[in-house]
Amino acid sequence: MAIVTVGDVARKNAQTLQGAGRDVGGTIFRIAVAGTLYVSLLIIGVLIFDVLFDGWDQLSTRLGGFLSGTLRSRSIDDKLGVHQGLYGSFWIAAFVAIIAFPTGIAAAIYLEEYANQNRTTRFIELAIRNLSGVPSVVYGLLGLFLFVEKNTILGFIGLGWLVDLTGGPTPISAGLTLAILVLPIVIITSQEAIRAVPSGLKEGAYGVGATKSEMIRTQVLPYAAPGILTGTLLSMSRAIGEAAPLILIGAISGGLTANPSFVDVTALQDRFTALPILIVTWVSQRGRDEGFATAAAAAIVVLLVVVLLLNMTAILLRNRFEKKRG
Amino acid sequence: MTVTHMPHSDAELGSLSGSPRRLRREAIIKQVLFGAAIFSVVVSFLIVYALLSEAWIFMRDIDWSTTWGQIGWFPRRGIYDVPTLLVATFWVTIVAMVVATPLGLGAAVYLAEYARPGVRKILKPILEILAGIPSVVLGFFALLWIAPNVVANLGGEGGRGSILAAGIGVGILTIPLIASISEDAMKAVPDALREASAGMGARKVTTVLRVVLPAAISGLAAAMIVAVSRAMGETMVVFMAGGAADAAIFTSSPYDGSLTMTAAMASLASGTDNVVGEGLTFQSLFFVGLLLFLITLALNMLANFFVRRIREQY
Amino acid sequence: MENVVSEQQSKSPDTGTDTRRAEGPKVEGDVVFALSNVNVFYGAFRAVRDVNLQIHEQEITAFIGPSGCGKTTVLRCLNRMNDLIAIARVEGDLRYHGMDLYANGVDAVEVRRRIGMVFQKPNPFPKSIYDNVAYGPRITGMVKKKKGGDLDDIVENALRKAAIWDEAKDRLDSSALGMSGGQQQRLCIARAIATNPDVLLMDEPCSALDPIATAHIEDLMQQIKSEYSIVIVTHNMQQAARVSDRTAFFSVEVNPDSDTRTGVLVEYDHTDRIFSNPADPRTESYVTGRFG
Repeated sequence: MAIVTVGDVARKNAQTLQGAGRDVGGTIFRIAVAGTLYVSLLIIGVLIFDVLFDGWDQLSTRLGGFLSGTLRSRSIDDKLGVHQGLYGSFWIAAFVAIIAFPTGIAAAIYLEEYANQNRTTRFIELAIRNLSGVPSVVYGLLGLFLFVEKNTILGFIGLGWLVDLTGGPTPISAGLTLAILVLPIVIITSQEAIRAVPSGLKEGAYGVGATKSEMIRTQVLPYAAPGILTGTLLSMSRAIGEAAPLILIGAISGGLTANPSFVDVTALQDRFTALPILIVTWVSQRGRDEGFATAAAAAIVVLLVVVLLLNMTAILLRNRFEKKRG
Repeated sequence: MTVTHMPHSDAELGSLSGSPRRLRREAIIKQVLFGAAIFSVVVSFLIVYALLSEAWIFMRDIDWSTTWGQIGWFPRRGIYDVPTLLVATFWVTIVAMVVATPLGLGAAVYLAEYARPGVRKILKPILEILAGIPSVVLGFFALLWIAPNVVANLGGEGGRGSILAAGIGVGILTIPLIASISEDAMKAVPDALREASAGMGARKVTTVLRVVLPAAISGLAAAMIVAVSRAMGETMVVFMAGGAADAAIFTSSPYDGSLTMTAAMASLASGTDNVVGEGLTFQSLFFVGLLLFLITLALNMLANFFVRRIREQY
Repeated sequence: MENVVSEQQSKSPDTGTDTRRAEGPKVEGDVVFALSNVNVFYGAFRAVRDVNLQIHEQEITAFIGPSGCGKTTVLRCLNRMNDLIAIARVEGDLRYHGMDLYANGVDAVEVRRRIGMVFQKPNPFPKSIYDNVAYGPRITGMVKKKKGGDLDDIVENALRKAAIWDEAKDRLDSSALGMSGGQQQRLCIARAIATNPDVLLMDEPCSALDPIATAHIEDLMQQIKSEYSIVIVTHNMQQAARVSDRTAFFSVEVNPDSDTRTGVLVEYDHTDRIFSNPADPRTESYVTGRFG
C-alpha cells in the first residue's frame, strides 16, 4: 500500500483547484447575454439618432416657429408646427390628471385599506387586471361608443347626455378615453405603493385613536406618495404617447385652422388633434411632400422630450426612495 | 394611597359610541372610495357591452360569405375577409417575438444574474425609461429606418412598409416588457437554489441554464404570453409601417404590406370620412375589436395563471 | 429571583384566580377592565381560551408567559386593536369601567382615544418630534390650532412625562427618525399620553432596547402610573417583577387533535405572590426558569 503524505495530497489539490482550463462556454454565454442588452440599447440609440438627424432641419432653424405653428398643407411653410398637437395633448394630460389620478388612487386605497377578502373584491381586482391588458385601440372603440356616438345601453340607460357634454370627437372625449385607459395603471402602481407602508405606522396612528380615514390621510398617503407619484407620472407619459384610441374617436389630421391658446376652453368642444396624431399624419403625407418626414421627425423629438422626461423623473424618484428606505 | 390625578370624569367616560358625525363621515368616505373601485367593473362592463352590441349587428346582418375566402379586406366595398387580418396579425406577432424574445430574455439574464450592482443600477433604469417610447415613434422608425436598412437586406423592399418591417418595430417595442417580467421572475428564484448548485461545483452558466431558468419558467412563460398579447394589440406601428392603407389584399408573405386586426381598425377610423362607409363598416370596427379583445383577454388570463403559479412556488 | 414554595398546591389550575387576591398590602383601585370568559379566535382557530381577570386603576399589570401564549392577543383586545385583523373574533364579556367594549355601537376609535398603546418596536411617524406628539391631540380635536399655544403646552407636558423633554426640547422640529431606539420608544410613550388617555397598553415596549434604555422606560412607568393605569406585556420576568403590581401568567395548551396551540391564563395575582408563592405549579416552574 502506497503511503501518501499530507504534502502530496495538498500538492495534488492545489493543482486541481486551478480548474481544467478556462470556462470557455461560460464566457461566451456571459458575453452573449450582455450583448443582447447592449444591442437593445444600441437599437434605441440608433432610433434616437435617426429622428434627431431627420428632424434636425426643422429643429435647428425654426424651433420656436415649429412649436407655435399649425397644421399646413405644405411642408415648406413658415407657419407649419405642432401647436395644435400640443394643445390637444395638454388637455388630454389635464383630463388624465383630474379624472384618472383621484379615481385610481381612491380605488387603490379602497382595495388595500378597506376591502375585505370577498367575492366582490376579487371581482374588482380581476376586472382591473384584465383592463390593464386590453389593447389601447379597444379603448378607442369604448370612447367612440360612449363619447362620440349617441347610444343607449341595455335599452334604457341613455348616454346621449355624455355626447352633449363632450361635443363628439373633441379633446374632452379624448381626455376621458385616455383617463379610462390609464386608470388600471394608476390603480395597480398605487396599490403597490400603499402595500409598502409599514404596519407599525398604521398601528401607531390607530393606537392614539385615529380613524381609518385619518390614518390614511396622515400616514399611508404621505408614506406612499413617492410611489404613487411614480405611477401617475408613468401613466401620464403613456397617455401623452397614445395615438390609436384618438384615431378611433376621430382625431383629425387636417382642416384645423384655429390656433387655440392653452387656456382656451371653448376650443375643447371643437375637433382636435394631438402630438402623436400629428406624427402619423405627417408620416402619411410624406409621399406627396417629402418635407413632412422632417416635420414628423421633429414632432417625434418634441414628443420624446416630454415623454422621456416624465419617465425619467418617475424612475429616478422611485429609485431614490427605494434606496432611502432600504 | 393618595389619588394625585383623576384622568377622566364619569361624564367623559360616559359613552364609547363615538360621535355620530365622525362615524357618518367615515362611512361616506368608505362609500366614495368603493365607488372609485367599482368604476373599473363598470368600465369592463361597458367595453364588453359596446363591443357586443355593435358586433352583434354586424354578425346578424352580414353576408358571411364576404368574411371568408375573399381577395382581401375592403371594408368600404363590403368585403370583410377575416383571414387577411388574422394572417397579418399572426406574422407581425411571430416576427415581433423572434426579435424580442432573445433580446429581452438575454437582457433579463444579464441584469438578473451577471451585471454588477453598479452596472445594473444604470442599465435597468435606462431600459425602463425606454419602455415608455410611444409606439408612433417606433412606427416612424420601422417605416423610415428599418425598412430601408434591415428589410431591404433581408430580401424585401426598403422603400415602403411591410409586415416584416412592422413586426420588427413591434418586436423592439416589446423588448423592455419581456426583459422586465423575466427579470422579476428570475429575481424571485431563491438564492438558496443558486448556492446549492454552486456548492456542488456547478459553473455559473450551468447554474443559470439548469437551475435558475427552469425555476423561473412560469414567469418566463408569463412574459412571453404578455408579449404576444401586447404585440397583437399594438396598433400604430403596424398602421404606419405595415404597408397597407385603407384596404389589404390577402397575402401569406411577410414581405408584403397588409393590415392586422388593429391596423384595420385604425385605418377604418382615420381619414376624412371618419368611420362612415357602406352599410356595416362602422359595425365591422366593433366586430374586429371584439375578436381582438377576446384573444388578448384569453392570453392575459393565461399569463395571470402563470404569474400566480410562480407566487405560490416561492 | 427568590422563590419559596411552602405547601402543596391543591387548587386546580383553571379555577378562578381572583379568590386569592385582596390579601396584599395595597388598597384596591377601581376596576378598569373586567374580563370574563374571553376567547379570541383567528378564523376557526382559537388563539386564547376562557380568560377571566380584572385590571385595576393606577396599577401596573404585567402579562407574562412563553411566546404564543396569547398575552399580546389579550392586550390588543383591550383597545380593540384586534379589529384590524379581518379574521379575528372576540367572544366573552370584556368590560371597561363597566361598559361592554364589544357592544354594538361601541366605536373602536373612541375606545383607542381613551386607551392608548405603545408597541413592541418603536414606531415614530416619519415627522418631526413635535408633530409626533401633537399627532393625537390634532386628530382627536383636542386643540384647534395648528401649532403654538395650548398645543405647545400639551407637547411639552407629554414629553416631560415621558422623561424625554430634556433630550428633545432643542430639536423639536427635527425628524423623530434621527433619535436612538430608546428615545424613540419614550417619544412613542409621549405620543400616547399626549391624548390624555385613561389607560396605557404596552406591548413588550423594551424588547428592542438596550438595558439602559430599558431602565429609563421602567422608571418612567413608575412615575406615570399614578395617572394612567398601565398594562404591559413582557417576556422578561425580571421586568414584570420589578415594575408591576399584579402579574398575569399565560401559558400554552397544545391541542393534540389539531396540533394547534391555544393560550390560557394560568394564574393572576399580586406580583409578589406570583413570584414568591404561586398557586399553580406551571407558574412556579415558569418563574423559576424551569420552563419557557
